Amino acid sequence: MTEHHQPLPDLPPPITSTGVIGWMRQHLFSSPLNIFLTLLSLYVLSIIVPNIINWAFIDANWTGTDRTVCDANPNGACWTFINVRLNQILFGLYYGQHADQIWRPITAFIILAGLVGLLLLPRLRFKAWLGAGVLLLYPFVAFALIHGEWLGLPVANSSQWGGLMLTFILASVGIVAALPLGILLALGRRSEMPLVRAFSVTYIEFWRGTPLITVLFMASVMLPLFFPSGVEFDKVMRAVIGITLFQSAYTAEAIRGGLQAIPRGQYEAADALGLGYWKKTIFIILPQALKISIPGIVNSFIELFKDTSLVSIIGLLDLLNMAQTASRSIEWKGYDVEAYIFAAMLFWIFCYGISRYSQHLEKTLHRGH
Amino acid sequence: MNRLITIALAAGAVLIGSAATAGTLEDVKKRGHLICGINNAVPGFSAPDDKGKMQGIDVDVCYATAAAVLGDANKVEFTPLTAKERFTALSSGEVDLLSRNTTHTLHRDSALGLNFTYYNYIDGQGFMVKKDLGVKSALELDGAAVCIQQGTTTELNLADYFRSNNMKYQPIGYETAPQTRDGFDKGACDVLTSDKSQLAAQRTELKNPDGAIILPEIISKEPLGPVVRQGDDVWFNIVKWVLFAMINAEEAGITSSNADDMRKNSKNPVVRRILGVEGEMGRELQLSSDWAYNIIKQVGNYGESYQRNLEPLGIARKGSVNDLWTRGGILYAPPIR
Repeated sequence: MTEHHQPLPDLPPPITSTGVIGWMRQHLFSSPLNIFLTLLSLYVLSIIVPNIINWAFIDANWTGTDRTVCDANPNGACWTFINVRLNQILFGLYYGQHADQIWRPITAFIILAGLVGLLLLPRLRFKAWLGAGVLLLYPFVAFALIHGEWLGLPVANSSQWGGLMLTFILASVGIVAALPLGILLALGRRSEMPLVRAFSVTYIEFWRGTPLITVLFMASVMLPLFFPSGVEFDKVMRAVIGITLFQSAYTAEAIRGGLQAIPRGQYEAADALGLGYWKKTIFIILPQALKISIPGIVNSFIELFKDTSLVSIIGLLDLLNMAQTASRSIEWKGYDVEAYIFAAMLFWIFCYGISRYSQHLEKTLHRGH
Repeated sequence: MNRLITIALAAGAVLIGSAATAGTLEDVKKRGHLICGINNAVPGFSAPDDKGKMQGIDVDVCYATAAAVLGDANKVEFTPLTAKERFTALSSGEVDLLSRNTTHTLHRDSALGLNFTYYNYIDGQGFMVKKDLGVKSALELDGAAVCIQQGTTTELNLADYFRSNNMKYQPIGYETAPQTRDGFDKGACDVLTSDKSQLAAQRTELKNPDGAIILPEIISKEPLGPVVRQGDDVWFNIVKWVLFAMINAEEAGITSSNADDMRKNSKNPVVRRILGVEGEMGRELQLSSDWAYNIIKQVGNYGESYQRNLEPLGIARKGSVNDLWTRGGILYAPPIR
C-alpha cells in the first residue's frame, strides 16, 4: 500500500492582490512614479470631466425650436440647434427641405441593413447569390429611391444630396468598388506577365503618390473643361470615381501584404494538385491572403470613411460640411462647436462599428493555423 | 506620343468647352429649372434656413431670375461651389448663373471669360477694434496685432494698406471666420479685419458687442454681384435686368405686398412699364410681359431682400453705399423703358 501524497488545497491569494484592490495595486499604484501619474491624471480628469458633463448634459439646452432658448442659457451646449437641423445634417439640402420625402433614403437604408443582416447569418442558403445580388442590384435600388426619377418620384438631383447620407454613399461605393479592383491590382502586381505587372505598379504608385484632395480637385475642376459643355458629368459621380480609383490602390497594397505572407508551400501544393492559375488563386491563395489582410483593408476603409469629408473642397455637402453649413445660418450662427461634436460623434459611431465588425470577421475566419 | 495626343485632345476640348453654350435661356426653359452656383455658408448672403430653404441676398438673385424666366421663383436648383471651382463650374456650363459673393475685378471680367452683371452688395474691407484702445482711425493702428482669416484676399489688402502708410503690424492668422472672431474676443489681438459686411455680423456675436467699434476706413473695393458666361448676351441682359428690376421696383415703391394693387390701379407710367401693363419690356428681353411683376411678387424688391437678409445681421443700410442713389447710396439702376 502506498500512501498517496495529498497536498493541502491552495490558500486563496492575499486579499491585496485580488479583486479591485489587487487590480489597482498592480496597475495604478505599483511604483512611486505610477502613483504620482495616477494622482495627476485623476486631478486633471476631475477638472475637465465635470465641466464637459455640465456643458454637454446637465446645463445643455434640449428643447425649443429657435436660438432664444440657447441664447438665454449660454453655459450649456445648444442641442436644440442639432435637433432643429437634424434632417439637414443627416440627409442634406433636398431632404432637409422636403421632410415628406425622407422616407426614401430611410427605406434605402433599411433595405441595406436588412440585406446585410441576412448576409451576417451563419449558414444561409444561396448566400453567395444573395451577396452578388446585393452588390450588383442594390446600388440601383438605392439610386432609384434616393434620386427618384426612375420611380416617378420628385427628383432629388445629386447636387442636392448631402449630410450623413452623402458621406455614407461616397464611402460605401468607394469601399465596395475598390475591393475587387484592389484584388486584381494586387494579383497584377505579383503577376509574372511583365505588361500586367508594369501596369499594376504604375497604377498603384500613381494613385498612392497623389493626395486624395488633388484627385478630387482634378475631378471637379479640370475634368469638366475636357468635355464639351453639353456633356454633364454628375459631380457626385466624379467624386465617387475619383475616390474609387484612389482607394483601390491602397486596398491593393493591403492585399499584396496578405499575398506575400502566404508561404511558398501553399503555391507549390496547389501547383502539385494540378490547379491552374485562377483555381489556385481563387480557392487556395485568396481566401488565406484576404483573411490576413483584413486589418490592413479595414484600416484603409476607416481612413476612407473619414477622408470623404475632403469632398467639401469640391463643394459637396458631406456630413461635416453640412453640419458646418447649418451652423453658419442666420438662425444658428455661433454654434459651431455643437455642429462639430455631433459630426465627430457620428463619424466615431460608424468607424467604431466598422472596426468591431472587422474584429468579428477575423475571429470567425480564424482557422488556427 | 500617346501622351502628346491626349494633351492635344484635352486642349481642344477646353476650347470647345468654353466656346459653346450660347442659348442659356433656351436651356433653362427646356430644363424647367435654373441651376444657380452659390456659396453654402455665408449668413445673410446664402445659407439654408431651418426648413432647408436657401436664404440670403445672393440666392434671392437666383430666385428672382427663376421668377423672371420661368414664372416660378422656386424653380431653382442650387449647386454649392467653393471659391476655387466657381469659375470653372460657370464656364463649363455646370451652372447657368453664379451668385456667390464674387468680387468684380478686371482679371475676372477679361481673362476668365466672365461677365459681371451688376452689384447686389458693395462690400469693402474694414477694421474692428476694442473701444478701450481709444483708436478713431485706422491710421493710428501702427504696431497693432491684427486677427485675420488666412488664405483670403483680405490678407493682401491688409499688407498693402499698412505698407503704403508706413505702418507695422503683427498678423495673427486663423483658419475660419468664427475662430478669428473668437481670437479677437479673447484678446489675442487689438484689431480684427475683414469685409465690412462680415465685421458687422461678427460684432453682434462678441460677448460684449458694445466694447468694439468698426472704424470708418474702407481699405478695399469689393463690389459683389452675379456673374454669367461671356458670349451669351441674351442671358447676360436678362440677369442684369433682373437685378435692375429689383432696384427700380424699390425706387418706384413697388413691394411684394402692393404689386397686385399697383398693377391694377397705378397710373404712374414708370410703375406700369415695370409691371408689364404698358410697353414691350418683357418681350425685348425675350421674356413674358409679367417678368418683373413675378420677381417683385415672389421675391420682393431689392430693399425687401436687404431687409429680410442683412438687417438681422446688424448691417445697417441707411445712407450706406448699398442704399439707393436717391438716399445717399450708390445703387443706381437704368430706367426700364
